[in-house]
Amino acid sequence: MPCLSGKGYICLILSAKIQNSSGVLKNIGFSGDPMKAKKTLNMITQRAVEEGIAMEIGKTSRQYFDACSIIEMNEQDMKELGIMKNTNVRVKSESGEVVVKAVVGRQTCYPGLCHIRQGVWANQVVPPRTQSTGAPQYSGFPVTVEPVPNERLKTALELVQGAVGMWKGDQ
Amino acid sequence: MPKVIENVGCPYCGCSCDDVRITVSDDGKDILEVENVCAIGTEIFKHGCSKDRIRLPRMRQPDGSMKDISYEEAIDWTARHLLKAKKPLMYGFGSTNCEGQAAAARVMEIAGGMLDNCATICHGPSFLAIFDNGYPSCTLGEVKNRADVIVYWGSNPAHAHPRHMSRYSIFPRGFFTGKGQKKRTVIVIDPRFTDTANVADYHLQVKQGHDYELFNAFRMVIHGHGKDLPDEVAGIKKETILEVAEIMKNARFGTTFFGMGLTHTDGRNHNIDIAISLTRDLNKISKWTIMAMRGHYNIAGPGVVWSWTFGFPYCLDLTKQNHAHMNPGETSSVDMAMRDEVDMFINIGTDAAAHFPIPAVKQLKKHPWVTIDPSINMASEISDLHIPVCICGVDVGGIVYRMDNVPIQFRKVIEPPEGVMDDETLLNKIADRMEELKAKGEA
Repeated sequence: MPCLSGKGYICLILSAKIQNSSGVLKNIGFSGDPMKAKKTLNMITQRAVEEGIAMEIGKTSRQYFDACSIIEMNEQDMKELGIMKNTNVRVKSESGEVVVKAVVGRQTCYPGLCHIRQGVWANQVVPPRTQSTGAPQYSGFPVTVEPVPNERLKTALELVQGAVGMWKGDQ
Repeated sequence: MPKVIENVGCPYCGCSCDDVRITVSDDGKDILEVENVCAIGTEIFKHGCSKDRIRLPRMRQPDGSMKDISYEEAIDWTARHLLKAKKPLMYGFGSTNCEGQAAAARVMEIAGGMLDNCATICHGPSFLAIFDNGYPSCTLGEVKNRADVIVYWGSNPAHAHPRHMSRYSIFPRGFFTGKGQKKRTVIVIDPRFTDTANVADYHLQVKQGHDYELFNAFRMVIHGHGKDLPDEVAGIKKETILEVAEIMKNARFGTTFFGMGLTHTDGRNHNIDIAISLTRDLNKISKWTIMAMRGHYNIAGPGVVWSWTFGFPYCLDLTKQNHAHMNPGETSSVDMAMRDEVDMFINIGTDAAAHFPIPAVKQLKKHPWVTIDPSINMASEISDLHIPVCICGVDVGGIVYRMDNVPIQFRKVIEPPEGVMDDETLLNKIADRMEELKAKGEA
């Protein structure tokens, strides 16, 4: 895993954003390195009370799916990336990708910041690098977000069982 | 007659609320009503008396399906695999009582394996900073009775600790804080405009990942160099920093609560380190304390139990069996998983499959995986063996440590489903079985 020192890393993200503020509005593809993408957002993942309630109801429940398969973004970023509210987007990071639904959310993010609630969907893209502390990079890692309105959201079970080769379709 | 049980503990977040009222049915099997509990805690008690609880261990079959087996078979399978494995890892304990955590320590000492708890991916960096820099903390009772300035930095109790603000910090009227919220100043430092920020007097929308600089700015002001601050630090205007620093200096009793916003981002333990340094600086002119917003109701428990057992709170290497060793980065669960160093994984009282980054889950799944948990979750659905247990605080009691390291006796409010074991009994039986196999020379 690349180990980039903390503050310099953020500066890289910011500089990437400044360079790209001059024209290209839509993200056009992703070559595997988030740094090379047209617009990079800074992603964090934290708890939400809806997620907590749904988790106790059960991780295979509809409530958990609704609570956690969303990305909260700033409206300005959504406009720049050509994303309509409540449509599906693909989020890619250095360690994976996931399809989630884009919303503005009540707890707003400033432009450049996005948030997926703690849980199965967020952890498809959270980098496992820990800066030798044991705690993965749950907050503050670069992602690209592109509109994929026709792509399907996967269930928690499909994502996790799929990742370890155990998914056999809807059972 | 339904029975009302008072002062029940809630097994959800680090608040470990112990003022819950539960009404149980005549036969002691159903929960009819829960009071003084948040929306999340309510779901736990509801789930506890659900008729759909798993009652028997389930073993994965070659076709991928799960088959019910007896507890004896499950205990034997786990014991044999633990003895066979060179470096097994037992991880979790967010939702286990201290008795279970002590039994787990016994199991892993016999097995010669790795023992880790959820702090490793939550407040582990806080532990590292506390080792380096001390922990000028207090209890939540002191906050309630004394604090007039509250700082929430990188934490969002409105969502993660729903009763924290009403029970301990902002709203309650305490001995020296008779006016409650009216006489308290609340400062929230968070890159998002959270629901907690919504009730604050000051919301400092720090640039994500730049907390260290903002702490440094506050320290500069406290040390008398406020005029040398640049116009803006980490997205916060100089005037705002000076204004908030003045409030901190004039506090009669201040508390900083910090959360995952600091421990999960760049800097990790260094963010906490400087938070503690700021607290120390403030203590020269006022009275300040600092507290980690621990996530689960007993996640402080393993830190306490294993510290007195082995000398270390988490990331324990017991492979030598005669002495313990701890070195996060080397002995931490996610790092070991990414290097594919462990050859068996026991997920207990947590859900690593949902809450670890997926590359770590893929690595762990290459080896035998046992889940010990009352519920169906992501870990149980990819494991080779799922052993159901009682829910602490619902159908088994036990000691738990609240976020301020205050031990609380949790109660059992209903009878567990017939035949279902609690963590302590199950783990001790696994340990007994391992000793038996070793004595017979079968290991």
